[in-house]
Amino acid sequence: MSKEKQKTDAKMVDIVIDDKKISVPFGTMLLDAARQNGFEIPTLCYHEDLSRAGGCRMCIVEIEGQRALTASCAYPITAPINVQTTSRRVREARKTTLELLLSEHCGDCYSCVRNGNCELQTLAKEHGITQLPYGHPTEKSRVTETLSPSIVRDMDKCVDCGRCVRTCKELQGIGVFEAVERGFKKEITTFQDKPMAEVGCINCGQCVNRCPTAALTERDSIEEIWAAINDPNKHVVIQTAPAPRAAIGEEFGLDPGQAMTWQLNTALRKCGFDKVFDTNFTADLTIIEEGTELIQRLYKNLVQKDASAPLPQFTSCCPGWVKFIEHVHPEMLDHLSSAKSPQQMFGAIIKTWYAQLNDIDPENIVSVSLMPCTAKKFECNRPELRDSGLKDVDYVLTTRECAKMIRESGLHLPSLPPSDFDDPFGTATGSGVIFGNTGGVMEAALRSVLEFVTGLKVEDIFANANILPVRGMEGCRFAEIKVPDEVGPVPELIAHLVPNWDWLKGQTVRVGIAHGTKNARKILDDVAAGGFFSTCHFIEVMACPGGCIGGGGQPIPTSPAIRQARTDAIYKEDMAYGAKSVRKSHENPAVARIYKEFLTEGPCSHKSHELLHTSYWPRGKFIGSW
Amino acid sequence: MPNSTAEKVRPVQKDRPGSKVNSLQDEIDRLTERFGTERKALIPILQEIKKRHHIISGYAMQCVADRLSISPAEVYGVVSFYSFLHEEYQGRIVIRLCRTISCDMAGKDAIARQIQNDLGIKFGETTPDGKFSLEWANCVGMCDQGPAIIVNEQVFTHVTPEKVQEIITACVKMYERTPDLFKKGNHNEHKK
Amino acid sequence: MNIRNEVTFASIRPKDGLTAALGKDRDVVVEEVLRSGLKGRGGAGFPTGVKWKLAAEAKAEEKYIICNADEGEPGTFKDRVILAEWADLVFEGMTIAGYAIGAKSGIIYLRGEYGYLRQALEDKLALRRTEGLLGDDVMGKKGFSFDIHIHMGCGAYVCGEESALIESLEGKRGESRNRPPFPVSEGLFGCPTVVNNVETLAWVAAIFALGPDWFKHVGTEKSSGYKLLSISGDVAHPGVYEFPMGTKISAILKAAGAERPKAAVVGGASGILVPAKDFKRAICFEDVSTGGSIIVLSEDRDFLDILENFQEFFADESCGQCTICRLGNVKLLEGIRLLKEGRCTTKHLQELCTLGSSMRAASKCGLGQASPNMFLSILQHFKGEVLGRPQADDHFVNKRKAS
Repeated sequence: MSKEKQKTDAKMVDIVIDDKKISVPFGTMLLDAARQNGFEIPTLCYHEDLSRAGGCRMCIVEIEGQRALTASCAYPITAPINVQTTSRRVREARKTTLELLLSEHCGDCYSCVRNGNCELQTLAKEHGITQLPYGHPTEKSRVTETLSPSIVRDMDKCVDCGRCVRTCKELQGIGVFEAVERGFKKEITTFQDKPMAEVGCINCGQCVNRCPTAALTERDSIEEIWAAINDPNKHVVIQTAPAPRAAIGEEFGLDPGQAMTWQLNTALRKCGFDKVFDTNFTADLTIIEEGTELIQRLYKNLVQKDASAPLPQFTSCCPGWVKFIEHVHPEMLDHLSSAKSPQQMFGAIIKTWYAQLNDIDPENIVSVSLMPCTAKKFECNRPELRDSGLKDVDYVLTTRECAKMIRESGLHLPSLPPSDFDDPFGTATGSGVIFGNTGGVMEAALRSVLEFVTGLKVEDIFANANILPVRGMEGCRFAEIKVPDEVGPVPELIAHLVPNWDWLKGQTVRVGIAHGTKNARKILDDVAAGGFFSTCHFIEVMACPGGCIGGGGQPIPTSPAIRQARTDAIYKEDMAYGAKSVRKSHENPAVARIYKEFLTEGPCSHKSHELLHTSYWPRGKFIGSW
Repeated sequence: MPNSTAEKVRPVQKDRPGSKVNSLQDEIDRLTERFGTERKALIPILQEIKKRHHIISGYAMQCVADRLSISPAEVYGVVSFYSFLHEEYQGRIVIRLCRTISCDMAGKDAIARQIQNDLGIKFGETTPDGKFSLEWANCVGMCDQGPAIIVNEQVFTHVTPEKVQEIITACVKMYERTPDLFKKGNHNEHKK
Repeated sequence: MNIRNEVTFASIRPKDGLTAALGKDRDVVVEEVLRSGLKGRGGAGFPTGVKWKLAAEAKAEEKYIICNADEGEPGTFKDRVILAEWADLVFEGMTIAGYAIGAKSGIIYLRGEYGYLRQALEDKLALRRTEGLLGDDVMGKKGFSFDIHIHMGCGAYVCGEESALIESLEGKRGESRNRPPFPVSEGLFGCPTVVNNVETLAWVAAIFALGPDWFKHVGTEKSSGYKLLSISGDVAHPGVYEFPMGTKISAILKAAGAERPKAAVVGGASGILVPAKDFKRAICFEDVSTGGSIIVLSEDRDFLDILENFQEFFADESCGQCTICRLGNVKLLEGIRLLKEGRCTTKHLQELCTLGSSMRAASKCGLGQASPNMFLSILQHFKGEVLGRPQADDHFVNKRKAS
């Protein structure tokens, strides 16, 4: 860069990396500067979503004039420097670090769930590790912890990078993990080394997504599902959620952001599932139930001055979030919508209505769901979610496990022909699809509530029915939606609940949205303290950053760019429904049918409460409060 | 299934850390009044708990975490990091023998063996009567007068195997002489 | 107390330094510390004046002075002696530093092992408050308020590293921070912070009592002044000694009455091994720098025993956050045990040397960077003594033959 330019742009700093002159903004981290300019620097404890620890010492570089090597991930450039990324000292130190890590890392790559997608394995390959001068353990020294319904923890594979610690603390605000002891005894573990299931873990699996090795993995259900498929007496059905469909392509080498919805239907049938359903059906059902509940709560609070079901109403679709509030603010459980999550609604419907329709003994139905989520594995095991008389959902597959099953079947997902979902739940809406990302549940609910109340088409209020104010990636968001002065008649579906809409005329609906439980905690604390968010009517929370598309069961790796690409894919699919069919939950013909034929008393009625609603447990913050 | 959460709310167990009815909770409340509820108060609070109770139990760690709005794991991380904080019970008298170089060269091994013999416990253990704990210490800064032993906050230097029993006797006397500050209810020293 | 020769601190009259310093402008105080050539006495030898200048220039509401009394380096005990005998000089040094950089509060991070010193220090601080040497308008200086508090450490050697010390003060695990930012710009609670060793601060008081030029004229060109040394090991008169910077090791050993010295460990576990043939080398920042520890090893000592002790120390005291220090020290320890058992191959020894130099280069903080020093130093000078040791049994040989 010329001297002149430097003068005009005082905030740029000239540096030299491996003899190449570059100019970077003051304060840029050295690693970022190097990567932006095409220099490959290996990392291990670094993760885009997290703070910089500088502990693994893989990203070290040599800065001229400095005695010791510097961790580039945590070095802010504030002065001109001359950097060597490939000197002998750097190479030797990186290799030594890897040899040391491998001397503690117990496990065979070929039988490891992360084989082929393991950062330690990749680094070992890239750094030419052929000998292990400090040995390699062949016997496990720690018992693999399998007590959590969602997450398996194998500390023999831990490389002490601390990403899980930072994930849980910085993104989720929980702090299940921590570095304990010091020196050679230091390790990453939980409070007093207790099982994760006992220390307030919400099973969100964000740590799994960011673990570079297989120290943290999901609790695998594949064997049980194969067994069910192989059993001729079992009728095995699977519901698939939109978020995994938007991401599973990544497991087959596609770039993020390419939805595989229709190819996946074919793949799952080829794997042996008897029926493939779309979770969107119950997402739509959730909107009707949860939206109706919101209208009920609004009516009670605003008109009847009855605060027994308080505002704001919180969404309840996300099992991580539900467990979080049960731990952190159990006194606020009555804010949670009693509507079950789409997965559990589907489970209950399959083993009741679907079983009746098709004359199948519910005992013989094995209900599987494909979810982006490890917390769903916990949810399906909640003892209260057995309203069909059986376990409503038997097994949950994460996106990663599903990809494994498909690969095991010898299929290459992207090359498969598309096919449709099975009836009677086949038809879905765009509103169901956008449940997959932050703001989606809110948008879907608003689409339906606005139409219920105004009698207008939501397209006439928001262009293309895209309620943009609730979208975005900001951690805590707020939006105001004004109800027009003209209201319509109360639709027949909910006529048993409110007499008219006059009380909503010209009202402003205030909504809040949070993703990542750290942000959820901010909102909860604020509501508890009677702050800004306590004036909201409806708050959507998703436990994972970005919502379900960033779920703990999604393909690894994750990053803001990857999550954005998946979100874009979701909105694209939503728009596609506009061309083909419907984008609003209450327009879903299958939903109309179920209220006509099965839940004949309408939403939030006795029967729907029996099957589609649930209740929650105050768990508390302390140990033993699982 | 009924829809009311209230019906399903489990009764709050009185003795759990979540409820405010036991003495340790009150005590920690008083400590937070004294040191504050910011993160920087953590180590002073833990030191105080250790001093009074000779243990920082899991229960205490959870209570402290709750008051300081951090996760119990973080408190555990700190307790396990520092040699002078313990999650296990330690005796009223903690004997720390310096094992670092100068004391090593001055013959700490013989002292170590003799203390173990005389107390009947190994390093890292506590006598069954709860009087003594035996610990190693890294350099205690008495290199010119080694081998050195720190007993609670008192230093013994130029220790020889013959002197070990003397020191233990002196400790027992000290133990008997000192009124037990740490019996329950005797926390008046900290009232302002 | 084993104070073996005349120590300057004993001759300094209390309040002299503080009075002199408070009579000057803040920048003049910083300037005089710069001019004195005083460098950090904790071992790293960073110019104290530069540290102060940076902190003084940093703009912030709150600034801190921390006295690093976490003297944990094996073989070092001079800070203990200073705190026991001349604590007022340390308090004065802190007060002067507070005045110079514009800090209102000073913290003494006293290691847990020195708990028995605390009460006396608290009493002295209380006295200083009543005498108007601490508190609002120190010594009548309008607008200059300064107070000192004691924070007890809880037994962690790494907390002697300044950024780990700051983490510990913030209530966290004592894990060192990434630098930059350095504590002088973002230290305790994100505020500009000066961390100085006990001895450094005591010298500050002495410098203002006796004048910066007095200090500058002692010692060598790059190492001004005197240094307190803690001498232990195989000597007749272990204890604290004061020598001008630049004194030859041989002279020091003679004064302490070293018995048939084979080598001296200078700088504690993090230091280096100086073999007898190099005793003409001098203690100063240009030659052999030290935080003050000299451990003399007689001809009867086995280097591997010494090394094993040091390496056990590091394996235990590493904070454990960076890979190469956490695991490297364990592997060095295992290697030393192999050497002791006479089972280490030359190839493995070579690998351990690479490990050592990688640890030196790539560890995050001074602890890790210094931890292989003794190992490398002993191999450099006495490789012949550590290889080919007799084996306790023939197990290893038999196993090799069998396979």
